[in-house]
Amino acid sequence: MADRSQVDARLADVLREERSRLIGALVRILDDWDLAEELVQDAAVAALEHWGTEGIPRNPGAWLMTTARRRAVDRLRRRARYRERMALLTAEAREMDVPIATDGPLGADDRLRLLFTCCHPALSREAQVALTLRTVAGLDTAAVARAFIVAEATIAQRLVRAKRKIRDAGIPYRVPAAAELPARLGEVLSVLYLVFNEGYLASSGDAPERRELARDAEWLTSLVARLMPDEPEVLGLLALMRLHLARADARFGADGALVLLPDQQRARWDRPAIASAVELLARAQRMGRIGPYQVQAAIIGLHAMALSWAATPWQAIVGQYDLLLRIQPTPVVELNRALAIAELDGPAAALEALAPLADRLDGYHLFHAARGELLRKAGDPDGAREANRRALGLTANPAERRLLEGRLS
Amino acid sequence: MKYVMLIAGSEEVWAARTAEENAAIYERIGRWWGEQSAAGRIVDGHELEPSATATTVRIGLDGGSTVTDGPFIEGKEMVGGFGVLDVPDLDEALKVAASWPAPGDVLEIRPIVERG
Repeated sequence: MADRSQVDARLADVLREERSRLIGALVRILDDWDLAEELVQDAAVAALEHWGTEGIPRNPGAWLMTTARRRAVDRLRRRARYRERMALLTAEAREMDVPIATDGPLGADDRLRLLFTCCHPALSREAQVALTLRTVAGLDTAAVARAFIVAEATIAQRLVRAKRKIRDAGIPYRVPAAAELPARLGEVLSVLYLVFNEGYLASSGDAPERRELARDAEWLTSLVARLMPDEPEVLGLLALMRLHLARADARFGADGALVLLPDQQRARWDRPAIASAVELLARAQRMGRIGPYQVQAAIIGLHAMALSWAATPWQAIVGQYDLLLRIQPTPVVELNRALAIAELDGPAAALEALAPLADRLDGYHLFHAARGELLRKAGDPDGAREANRRALGLTANPAERRLLEGRLS
Repeated sequence: MKYVMLIAGSEEVWAARTAEENAAIYERIGRWWGEQSAAGRIVDGHELEPSATATTVRIGLDGGSTVTDGPFIEGKEMVGGFGVLDVPDLDEALKVAASWPAPGDVLEIRPIVERG
C-alpha cells in the first residue's frame, strides 16, 4: 500500500493541475469569477474527501467538472441562459475526460486565458499578484496574505476590487493576439518573478511560507512553459528560478544569517537540478531570441556550474553583464557588473565603477552592503563600517540584518 | 461596450512646440478622428476650450452652491476633449487610445454605466 503522505502529495499535485484548468473553463462558461471560484472550492473539498479514500479517479478533470456542474444547478437555475450554460458544463465535463499529462498542453487555452486576464496591465501589480496566486495557483486568501505580510482583509478587498474591475471595465477573457503577446507575456513573467523573489528572499518577515511561495512561482512558470513551449523567455525565467532553488539549502547558516555565495558550502547544492536547469536554458537560447531572463539565468548558471568561488569564470560573467546592460540598462545591473569587475581587477576598480551610481542607488541596501565589502577589501575599515551601517538601516529582512550585524560587530 | 475617453494634455508641452508643429498635430488628430468615426469606434465627442475658460460649481453639503473660476482639478495635465467609444472590450478601447496622435498627451478610459 502506498504511503499516506505520498497519496496526499499526489492528490495535491493532481488537484492543483486540474483546479486551474477547471476554474479557467468555468470562468469562460459562467462569466462570473466569484461563482466559478466558489464551485471550484466546493469541488476541491469534495475531491479531498473522496479521492483520499477512493483513490484519484482515472479522469480527475471530468470528475471535478461533473461535481461543479451538480453544485451549479441550484445556483444557476434562476439565471439567464440557464439551459445553455448547463449544456456547456455537461459538454465540458466530457471534454475533460482526459487527465492532464504533466507535460501536455491540455486545457491550454483556458488556463492561459485565466493567467493573462489575471495579469492584465489595466490591473495594479498588487492586484495581478493576488489574483494570480488566488485563482491560478489556488492559494487561499489567508495564504496570500501571509506570503505578503498583509492583513487578510486587505487581500480580500484587493481581490474583490480586481474582479469588479475585470467585469465593469470590460477586461476581455482571452489570450492576447500575436501583436500584443510580447508585451503581455512580459507582464505575466514580471508577476511570476516578483512572486518568486518575494518567496526567495523576502523583503520583510520571517515566515516559513516564503520558500513555498518561491516554489509556487516555479510551478506557475513551469505551467506557462508547458502551455507556451516556444517562448524562450518563459524557459529562461524557469531556468533562473530552478538555478536559485537548487542552491537554496546553502543560503542560510545555522543562526539564520544569510550566507553569501563565496562562503556557501557548494556540496549542499543540488548538482543534478543545476545541470537540468542549464540544459533548459540552452534549449531556450537555441530558439535565437535573447531576453533579460535568459541572460540572468546564464549568469547564475555560470556561478552554479563553478565548483568553487575561485573557479568562477569572471570574464564570461562580465561579458553576460555587458549583454544584459544592452537589453536592460539599469543601475542595479551596473552594480552587479561592478562586483564581477572587483573579482577581475580588484576592489579599487569596482569602487570606481560604483561611484557614478551613488545618486541613483542611495536608497538601495545592497548598494551600500556591496560598497562595505569592497571598502573593507581595499583597506578602509571606517568607510566599510559606515557603508554597512547605511545598508542595515535600509533592510528589514532578518537574514540580511543578521549578516550585516555580524559585519559590524 | 461604451467607454468615455478623456483626453488630457500638458499645456506646457503644447506651448513648447512651434505653431507649425501643433498645427500638424491638429491635422493628424482630425484625420485620426475621421478614421475612428468611420470605423464606428468613436460615436461622439468634442474638443473643449482651454482650461482657462472653465468654471467650477460646487454643491455644498447643505445643498447651497458656490461658483469659482477654473477647473475643479488643478494639475499639470488638463482635460482638453473627450470621445465616446463603442468597442467590444477594454483591449479594443486601449488600442484606440494608444493610437492617439498627439505626443505627450494622456488619456483615461472609463466605462459608461449602462442600465436596463
